Amino acid sequence: MNTANKPGAITTRKVKDSFGYTLIHIISFFTILPIIGIVLYIIYNGAPTLTWDFLTSMPANGMKAGGILPAIVGTLYLTIGTAIFSVPLGVAAGIYLAEYAPHNNWTRIIRIAIISLAGIPSVVYGLFGLGMFVLFLKLGNSILSASLTLAIMTLPTIISTTEEAMRVVPERFRVVCGSLGATKWQGIRRIILPEAMPGILTGVILGLERAAGETAPILFTGATFFLPHLPTSPLDATMALPYHIFVISTQVPGMPLQIQFGSVLVLLIFVLIMNIWATTIRNRARRRRQW
Amino acid sequence: MKDKLITRIIQIAGFSSILIVLLIFLFLLREGLPALSEVSFSDLFATRWYPIEDLFGILPLFSGSLLVTFFSILIAIPFGVGTAIYIAEVAPRRVKEILKPMIELLAGIPSVVLGFIGIVFLSPALREWLNLPTGLTAFTGALLLALISIPTIVSVGEDALNAVPQSYREASYALGITRWQTIWRVTLPAARSGMITAVMLGISRTLGETMAVMMVTGNAPTMFKGIVSLFKPTRTMTATIASEMGEVASGSTHYHVLFFIGIVLFLFSLIINIVSNHFSEKNRKDKEQVVS
Repeated sequence: MNTANKPGAITTRKVKDSFGYTLIHIISFFTILPIIGIVLYIIYNGAPTLTWDFLTSMPANGMKAGGILPAIVGTLYLTIGTAIFSVPLGVAAGIYLAEYAPHNNWTRIIRIAIISLAGIPSVVYGLFGLGMFVLFLKLGNSILSASLTLAIMTLPTIISTTEEAMRVVPERFRVVCGSLGATKWQGIRRIILPEAMPGILTGVILGLERAAGETAPILFTGATFFLPHLPTSPLDATMALPYHIFVISTQVPGMPLQIQFGSVLVLLIFVLIMNIWATTIRNRARRRRQW
Repeated sequence: MKDKLITRIIQIAGFSSILIVLLIFLFLLREGLPALSEVSFSDLFATRWYPIEDLFGILPLFSGSLLVTFFSILIAIPFGVGTAIYIAEVAPRRVKEILKPMIELLAGIPSVVLGFIGIVFLSPALREWLNLPTGLTAFTGALLLALISIPTIVSVGEDALNAVPQSYREASYALGITRWQTIWRVTLPAARSGMITAVMLGISRTLGETMAVMMVTGNAPTMFKGIVSLFKPTRTMTATIASEMGEVASGSTHYHVLFFIGIVLFLFSLIINIVSNHFSEKNRKDKEQVVS
């Protein structure tokens, strides 16, 4: 059955071609489907719970009634705390790698260190935070310990995006700065850094978004299940949305489902806002960029 | 003067990541190494994890992690690589601009939210469809973890495909080769080492994932006993640390063993990430050779 003549081969190729194309479309569709599904499912089930009262009142009746104010405030505190520690250090480290680092073995080691940090499981960061901040530095189970732990976890993201954002600024900007008599730092501060700012901000927000949603690193460094009042000092333990969701969905029997969905929706909105914010900054900068 | 000071500060910041990695390793060793003197080697690498009776065999946890990670990656590779190909090679610009933020959104969904979805939707659904005694199984965990590693695979894979010089594709079209064959025979092989990086980073994410897997895999430390284990509860290394560390007295044997598991996880992630970085460097160098 020798039908492998020319027209036949071309038909087979065409069939294969359209088959491959269809397959890729189907696969991509099924990758996107769960994302849309999850988001809509949570919005649909959580929206009825989402009242002003739910957002602004304290939990009551062993979490089974009332609102989730302390968890929302706690997550805000943790996110801000993380930013305070990770942004200056991460941006500075990114500037170093983009502008100062020589091509030598030390720089290579720094890069390996950053890659390693990026891969460490979040629960291992939690262990480290427990060992170093909670026990060794005696900061206790506190917002401070948890923020420091989250900050270290966020660091590699901020460093890499800062470096990348600075690198895309064309070399001629630096040359012109130098030729105008500016010192290296003046050039960076006045010209390169502002040009790279949208990229840096995008990275910072995406890093903080991840930190805000993390549970494992704060499990034993600062999260607590219930707090009768809002935290008053950085050395207080705090409630946090992700930890709260974990506890009410696994540890509390008879937890009303609508409260669970409501809490999940609040966290999702928090994350969505940061995500859209980052995307907007990036897109706007890309449109405006003149080089 | 001010310039010098600032340069110095930036330098110190630049080197900080080395210090941090060393500190992490140091503290893990400090809290985890005593486990080796408190539990004999053969007891540690035994098949029963039952801390209440001082049985600290970590093999079941190891087996749980491998089982969940392996099947999760098996699911994630076709979807991740397929979507990366779609975004990089096939999708029209406008579709691309919608797809990429959606993949980023998936990357941003906290794992505890996915775990929640696993509890309220996926595990009851699986229990019904597959007629299982419980929906909290290794398979449920593998499905959720696939969602977590797909964004990594897509974005790293897409970068790898974009790095393939356009001249490859043009040369291929010029020979009368169809677009699909070009993707399959030319572009994908050219991006091979980048694709390997993508998958390895996906594995690293999956292995280290904690919350989602802890919430849906049923928390039963069991050894792998063939494919049936996939549809039974299991327990990973990460989930064990997360669920037990809160209840142990610091300084106890149990505490030290949990840190020891942390050391194992740390070393795993270190190896995977350094090797995958090696592949991505290779990818970059291959491309440079072509250009020059």
